[in-house]
Amino acid sequence: MAKRIDARNLNIYYGKFLAVADVDFTIAPRSVTAFIGPSGCGKSTVLRTINRMHEVIAGATVQGELLLDGEDIYGADVDPVNVRRTIGMVFQRPNPFPTMSIYDNVAAGLKLQASRMKRSDLDVVVEKSLRAANLWDEVKDRLAKPGAGLSGGQQQRLCIARAIAVEPQVLLMDEPCSALDPISTLAIEDLIQSLKQKYTIVIVTHNMQQAARVSERTAFFNLAGVGKPGQLVEIDDTQKIFSNPRERRTEDYISGRFG
Amino acid sequence: MTSLTVPGPLAATPGSGWRKTKDRIATTVIYACVLVALVPLVWLLWTVVSRGLRGITGDGWFTGSQRGLTYRDAGGGALHAIVGTLEQVALCTVISVPIALLVAIYLVEYGRGPLARATTFMVDILTGIPSIVAALFIYAVFVTSFSGQRAGWLVSLALVMLMIPVVVRTTEEMLRLVPNELREASYALGVPKWKTIVKIVLPTAMSGIMTGIVLGVARVAGETAPLLVLVGYSPNDNNNLFSGPQGSLPGMIKDQFGNLGSTTILRGGHKVSVHYAADRMWAAALTLILLVMALNLLARLIASRSKVSS
Repeated sequence: MAKRIDARNLNIYYGKFLAVADVDFTIAPRSVTAFIGPSGCGKSTVLRTINRMHEVIAGATVQGELLLDGEDIYGADVDPVNVRRTIGMVFQRPNPFPTMSIYDNVAAGLKLQASRMKRSDLDVVVEKSLRAANLWDEVKDRLAKPGAGLSGGQQQRLCIARAIAVEPQVLLMDEPCSALDPISTLAIEDLIQSLKQKYTIVIVTHNMQQAARVSERTAFFNLAGVGKPGQLVEIDDTQKIFSNPRERRTEDYISGRFG
Repeated sequence: MTSLTVPGPLAATPGSGWRKTKDRIATTVIYACVLVALVPLVWLLWTVVSRGLRGITGDGWFTGSQRGLTYRDAGGGALHAIVGTLEQVALCTVISVPIALLVAIYLVEYGRGPLARATTFMVDILTGIPSIVAALFIYAVFVTSFSGQRAGWLVSLALVMLMIPVVVRTTEEMLRLVPNELREASYALGVPKWKTIVKIVLPTAMSGIMTGIVLGVARVAGETAPLLVLVGYSPNDNNNLFSGPQGSLPGMIKDQFGNLGSTTILRGGHKVSVHYAADRMWAAALTLILLVMALNLLARLIASRSKVSS
């Protein structure tokens, strides 16, 4: 059920400003791909175009093709709501719904997608999702308590549980560990390893060790120059990127010579 | 050997005495301002409570009307006025709240460009409209043009024009306080925009919206000009919002104020002068304050129940 993503000649605009130019890549199903690069190079922007979250911002547009198993998600008859049901997202800062309990947070996607489910079926999904997010044992006795009462790391795992409860085929993660301590980070990284059995995962990270630890493929983004759009410098196997990259710029970034 | 202590970088410097003095002056001024602001408020509450308490604890205050009573007669109740005010404010709230919520949602979640700017501008103007102007407008439309009869529901319509801008403004503020991350989290789950607003944004802002509605109710419950123009005042029971003069608490206050006078009675063998109308006026004022307070508490209760306590 995990799906493959192809980007072809992707140009991403904010209004008239070209933010990211000419991006091509292929992401295999059931793999973890890391997007790395200096701040402002457009890696988060590219990530957000993959589930059409990009266009939530006023004036943001995309040119080119983004194919999910060959189907253009920017096609004229494609409903962005359906795209987002298929491609889930976890954000930089944990953002559980403050008015909802832990249970309701996990069930939110299903409940709000208008599918009427029996309570017993919902119970099963909630438990399965929380187990998959390695959070079940910590919260099983307080499912009715507010999700905002958990620690930051637990909240982020709650958000992951919420994202996978709707059974997406791709999971996008926008710096999911940048607000977390090392122990919570480790928990999330372990989680990514187990999630990739089922999902195609794309993760944006500023932490190069993290990219090296969790991903099979790494894409390096950079600005073409001051005031110029961001671009994809290269995408390759993580091992190759970190040991023997094709591009000099990649090597400079990874070895800490700039950025 | 004598050791000289050298003043370290943290020791008091010549300027720091003056800085502490400034701090004390500023603190004193701020506390004084708080007191000055509190004095009239406490004074007002004390006056209304001390003068109105006798009236509202009297027999039949919450069950009787003022039918046939003059300033020479004791007793009587305020039920006719409480019912009138509650009915008029309730109809006004039922009309205003949905409109105001939708306007605020439009402005925050959808509004772009000239239409949104025009709406904001109109709401601003509406905020500044004096209640007598709103009353005259309703009179001109419904009584003069459509030759309708003066009645309670026309008061409600005039109050709608005063309540909508208050509720729009506060709701708008509250919706803007809802973090964008929550909307994005909901979109990313594949939840459509309208459902995100109904199920995520509104519940998150609910307690603030409730406060805004209560502010709006408090604003209109004490309005007097629309009553004078659009319904008049009746000391009798009239529960019909759509026909005839109707009592109301502000109307009753004004009515008693217009008939102030003292009368002499015998009490324990002595002639004493009593002010029945004045007592009833203060009692009606206290009743109005209590009514708004009760609505406030009710709204807070509803708001706190609609939200998971954290």
